Amino acid sequence: MKPHRRKKLGIILFIAAGLGTAIGLSLYALSNNIDLFFTPTQVAAGEVTPGQRIRVGGMVKEGSVSHSQEELEVSFIATDYNNDVHILYAGILPDLFREGQGIVAEGAMRVDGIFQASRVLAKHDENYMSVEVKAALDAAGQVPGMPQGAN
Amino acid sequence: MIPELGNFALILAFCLSVLLGFIPMIGAARNNVLWMSLARPLTVGVFVFLSISLFVLGYSFVADDFSVQFVASHSNTMLPIYYKITAVWGGHEGSFLFWTWMLGGWMLAVCIFSKAMPDEFVARVLAIMGLICVGYTLFMLATSNPFDRVLPFPPADGADLNAALQDFAFIIHPPSLYMGYVGFSVVFAFAIAALISGRLDAAWARWCRPWANAAWAILTLGLSLGSWWAYYELGWGGWWAWDPVENPPLITWLLGAAMIHSLAATEKRGVFKSWTVLLAIMAFASSLLGTFITRSGLLTSVHAFATDPTRGVYILGFLALIIGGSLILYAVRAPQLKSEFGFGSFSREVFLLANNLILVVASAAILLGTLYPMVYQAMSGGDLISVGPPFFNTIFVPLMGILVVLMAIGPISRWKRTSFAHLRAQLGKVAIAAVSLGVVIPVLLTMDVPFGTIGTAVLALWVIFSMASDIKTKIANKSSVVSGLRSLPVSYWGMTLAHFGFVMTMAGACLTSIYSIERSVLLQAGQSAELGRYTFRFEGTRYVEGPNFIADEATIVVSRGGEFYKNLYPQKRLYVASGTPTSQMGIDGRFLRDLFTTLGDQRENGAWSMTVYVKPFVRWIWIGTIFIAFGGILAVTDKRYRQFKVKQSEKVARDNPGTTLAGEIV
Repeated sequence: MKPHRRKKLGIILFIAAGLGTAIGLSLYALSNNIDLFFTPTQVAAGEVTPGQRIRVGGMVKEGSVSHSQEELEVSFIATDYNNDVHILYAGILPDLFREGQGIVAEGAMRVDGIFQASRVLAKHDENYMSVEVKAALDAAGQVPGMPQGAN
Repeated sequence: MIPELGNFALILAFCLSVLLGFIPMIGAARNNVLWMSLARPLTVGVFVFLSISLFVLGYSFVADDFSVQFVASHSNTMLPIYYKITAVWGGHEGSFLFWTWMLGGWMLAVCIFSKAMPDEFVARVLAIMGLICVGYTLFMLATSNPFDRVLPFPPADGADLNAALQDFAFIIHPPSLYMGYVGFSVVFAFAIAALISGRLDAAWARWCRPWANAAWAILTLGLSLGSWWAYYELGWGGWWAWDPVENPPLITWLLGAAMIHSLAATEKRGVFKSWTVLLAIMAFASSLLGTFITRSGLLTSVHAFATDPTRGVYILGFLALIIGGSLILYAVRAPQLKSEFGFGSFSREVFLLANNLILVVASAAILLGTLYPMVYQAMSGGDLISVGPPFFNTIFVPLMGILVVLMAIGPISRWKRTSFAHLRAQLGKVAIAAVSLGVVIPVLLTMDVPFGTIGTAVLALWVIFSMASDIKTKIANKSSVVSGLRSLPVSYWGMTLAHFGFVMTMAGACLTSIYSIERSVLLQAGQSAELGRYTFRFEGTRYVEGPNFIADEATIVVSRGGEFYKNLYPQKRLYVASGTPTSQMGIDGRFLRDLFTTLGDQRENGAWSMTVYVKPFVRWIWIGTIFIAFGGILAVTDKRYRQFKVKQSEKVARDNPGTTLAGEIV
């Protein structure tokens, strides 16, 4: 083998080793850091292990939002119109959070069957529905109550 | 009638770009001077008609022409005039026209600043950009025409611009981001033209570098403005969310950074040629991928435009065509690009290679995390997942740490071969100083052993001291310090500034992540909340009116150590036309720390929920990026890029790509 070829091979092996390590580490990091999404129906069917960090999505049920007067805590129900999930959240809700709107909550199921959210997401465009919420409603066989992609 | 003119101009721009895409290209292949010479006039034509089109859309906004669908859904008679004009890029169709116009602008710039390049090469570059323009204009005409009408019954008033966009940053963030993003198509065109012509030498790299630097510097500003805007507008107190639509520009930025470093080696030493070309293709591909992700609605994100599957399919097809085509061309032509391999295993080339490896691995990991939810959904038959910030931080932070370690060594090492003794002489004291001061200062300031802060300080001082030491060595034998500093090339200052900016951004990001504190509370008027050294007293809210919104404005009195410091006024706004609520933060921004307050909602008993934050060093993140961008632009102004005639000696250089062209560099 000529010297410059050997050098070239060395560089290629160096790059391959670097990339291989990086991809291995990435996949390892990925396996620990993905959040599964559950619909209210899946939650009702008991598919969720309490304590596991997950996402739950649905429409905020009309009349279900209640604010505590002494604490930050807000409680509301997310629904796919077949099943409900009771969600508790102590924090500032996003601007577009309101009843009848699709939301996604991040957090964990408590042993008593209440979902403790660490973050609540609502969309920044009124007409846009989250892919996740739409999937939840589709799975429950419900027609979304708001226009899709109106602009 | 006027909007039809815009549509007509758009169609003409499409036709001209078809001509531009083929005639000069064929002319260059057949050595037909007349056909090649058409490249410049056709480019000017494309730009003029795209400008007319954009101007007409802007006019339709200013004139409140709600018979145009796009205007009706993104404007309102009450919208202030500056938002009416900028609402042009407030939605999918208009922003794509603006994006295409930016491409036209870059094409025009290539036309003007390419006097030094051979006509054949310019013809190819402009033709390739013309073909990209064909794709963009066809996309608009076929799936998302901004001039579509709502006739015969136009609405009396518009639906208003998305309330979250009605902010000063909206006027500057999209233009700078788009300009940077689209700028990478210039470098892509240069790379493809080089593959077609087989000419990839030091001169090519020297023509290419200013464009790559400029696009990358502007993209830096665009990204930074986006981060700053998200910070003060979205109100979650963060500055980067690893959002699926934030990630693609970052991928492009990282690949662009890799490319400008690789280009330096290609210009100076004739190495890494095919790698540079591959990076140019990948950077452009990632910019298209960003477009695809934003406009297809496949991913959930705050940026996502309304979904339409045909658009996604079109962009994906375009992406496949461009990437597939250029990779096939690359596979055929790259083996002919002979790179030199005359460097030792301890040289600047090797450090640049390591830099590239890290940057490419970082962008690959981010790409993986961004696309993984889509892949998972397809593979598992519909299960939805999301990849959270911990994944990205786990990968990104250590990689950037290694990058910063190398950032001190690379510029000091020599091309071809660096002796270990040289590095030790230059960096030995630097290492000792950085480690000792980096440990002692944080420990003295905090009376603790804060590992994160120590790591940050050591790395930052390591780079800064090494830069100072390098400058000192370089000017050591000059008569005075001032004349010494003046004698350093502009491009060297550009690099130094950009590296300094990167370190500042990194330090800001680390320190603000470590030291930020926040507290969410429910307060009645007159009550207060303590956070860190500060007391935030809520004085109640008052009703205020803006041009197109109404708002509750809170007064929060901040005091420190019992003494009055400042009033902050966060607002909760309601945009009347669309009925959209938004939050306006109350921020006190200082060089060393930000105070940040955001208003939540009012409870029946009159109490308001709110969050208060103290965020040390957060501003360094954005100030650092200004240095990065300024450094990038400064490097463009280096005099060796200025116009000079193509000389016979370059043709010689083509045959001996390893030799530097020192004789020509004026």
